[in-house]
Order: sequence, then structure tokens, then C-alpha cells
Amino acid sequence: MLEFINRIFGRENHSSRNVAKERLRLVLVHDRAGVSPELLQTLRIELIQVISNYMEIDENALEVSLDSNESQVALVANIPVKKMKRTMQTETA
Amino acid sequence: MGEVIVITSGKGGVGKTTTSANLGAGLASLGNRVCLIDADIGLRNLDVVMGLENRIVYDLVDVTGGNCSFRKALIKDKRFENLFLLPAAQTKDKTAVNPDQMRALTEEIKGDFDYVIVDCPAGIEQGFRNAIAGANQAIVVTTPEVSAVRDADRIIGLLEKEDLREPKLVVNRMRYQMVKHGDMMSIDDIIEILAVDLIGVVPEDEQVVVSTNRGEMVVMNDSSRSGQAYRNIVRRIRGEEVPMMNLDDESGFFSKLRRMIGLK
Repeated sequence: MLEFINRIFGRENHSSRNVAKERLRLVLVHDRAGVSPELLQTLRIELIQVISNYMEIDENALEVSLDSNESQVALVANIPVKKMKRTMQTETA
Repeated sequence: MGEVIVITSGKGGVGKTTTSANLGAGLASLGNRVCLIDADIGLRNLDVVMGLENRIVYDLVDVTGGNCSFRKALIKDKRFENLFLLPAAQTKDKTAVNPDQMRALTEEIKGDFDYVIVDCPAGIEQGFRNAIAGANQAIVVTTPEVSAVRDADRIIGLLEKEDLREPKLVVNRMRYQMVKHGDMMSIDDIIEILAVDLIGVVPEDEQVVVSTNRGEMVVMNDSSRSGQAYRNIVRRIRGEEVPMMNLDDESGFFSKLRRMIGLK
């Protein structure tokens, strides 16, 4: 029913067709770049470590992915910040 | 000297075997000499789809292993006198044949035929490498689903690596009504993402099931839409320019209603 209402109000972008297209596009960016999920996971963990030195972040909401337009591939990281730290505190210090 | 065309997809169940059988029968019905090779060793199916399962004596592995000549192993189709099938072995596995043997085999066969169509197994392992070994053209079959298109993309990459450039795409089991309602990717969506040439679109059609049940090919059914789609692909393979079918069918509720109240 909700789907039907969405259609009536023209929320085309949420149609399963567009969802499929977008998911396919992102999967192919990863496939074509030859980046393994393990590599991205490692990158994610190291990003958390480095950034946590400077600010408090929401680790669970952090998203790391590849995206592309026609000519180039970009690494996109969406990192929600909970709190800034006033001084740098490294774990080794 | 004939063309060797491999029908491949990566993903299983998208319609490689059905496409192979229909394109083979369609080309044969226009007078071409056609040999279909089932390269799916261990899981042979093209014989069943074509209704020739009771006539197998020798198979692909007998030929590549030197037990018999390819001419002796070929099964002649009941309906078209210039259509032949070289069946896969059912009891061996895909390592029973290697790409060099397949290259030599297709090289030999294409001397006798206008078209040699190789039905490739699903996957990207040795069965795939065997099937593409002697091919000089590739047709990639997909359906409008994320998983199938993703695998098609992978296959296109592998084909290009093997110097099978510019593969042609068949989109199978298309449901235009669902596209219209925003519930299925359209042909344009798929082509835009894969960046490959389209050679045909086959609509979802119950007649395919009916034909396959009987061991017949839907391409022979003049009144079916999928049969028409296959006939168009056949003509495109032969080098004709055939416009894409308008598959925007008018069977939906509102178009029926419009017809009923005389609006069209």
C-alpha cells in the first residue's frame, strides 16, 4: 500500500527499479576496481584509528565506499562526528 | 568458413541454453548450416531443450578424446535438415576437455558450417574457458536483475581479456509492465551500465516454457512474442538491420479498460 502511495506521489527515486540500478552501479564500481571487501574493511578500521586521535566518531554509522562518475573512481567516506577533541591524544603517547 | 559464436552469461539460469537452441534453429530455418555444441560437460541440457535426448550415441568428449570423428557424433535435428547438435558428455566433468582441444575442434567443424554456436556452462572456470576458446564472437545473455547484470559485466571483462571484443548483449525475460511501474530495470538502464551493444530483447513469455516442455524451440512459433524476438536476433546475426521490437505490451488493466470503453 505504501508503495502504491509513493507511486501516486511520484517518488520515483525509491522505486525498486532505481534501487536496483543504484545497487548494481555501486557493486560494479567495486568489481571493476578489483577492491576486495577485506581491503575496504581494513581501510575502515585504520581510518577509525587515525580519526579517533582527533575527534570522537560514530563508528557504527561510518560508511566507506567507492563511487564513480564517467571518468574517475572516488573513495567516499561518510564519518559522523560526535565530538571534537581539543587536544590531540595519541594512543601511544 | 563459418562463424563460431559462444553464448555465455556467467550466472546460471538466465537462458543460455534456450537462447542457443533458438538462435541455432532460427539460423537453420533461414537456410544456414548450423552446428550447436553443448559445452556444459557433466550437466548436458541442450539435447533436452531441443528434444534430441533419445538420439545421443557419441558426445563431445568422445570427439576430443579421439574415439570418433565429429561428423559421426553429430545428431541431425528432426525439423531442420541443416541443424546439428554435438552433445556434451554427461558422465565426465569439465576437465575432460581443455581449451586447446576445443580450439582444434571448432576449427575443424567451422569448415563444414555457416554458424557454430557454443552453449557455454555457467561460471568462469574451465568450462567457460573451453567454450570461448575457439569462438570469434560472443553473445552475453542476461536478465534484468542486479545479480545477472553484475555477472554479465564480469564476463564481458573476461571476454575482452581473451580478445573477444565487442560482445553483443541479449536481455532475456524482460517484463515491460514491471519497468513501466518502476519495478524492473529497463533496457536503457542496463545498456548504460554495461556499455555494450544490444543485439536483442526477449520478453518474458509462457510460450517458452510450453515449447521447452515439448522439446521444441519457440522461434518456430509464429504467434509468440519471444519467438519474434529470437527471429529478430537471428536476422541481426546475419547482418540485417532490424529495428528493436516495441514490446510495450498493452495488456495492462488500464489499457484493457481504455479499449473496453472505446478510447482506443
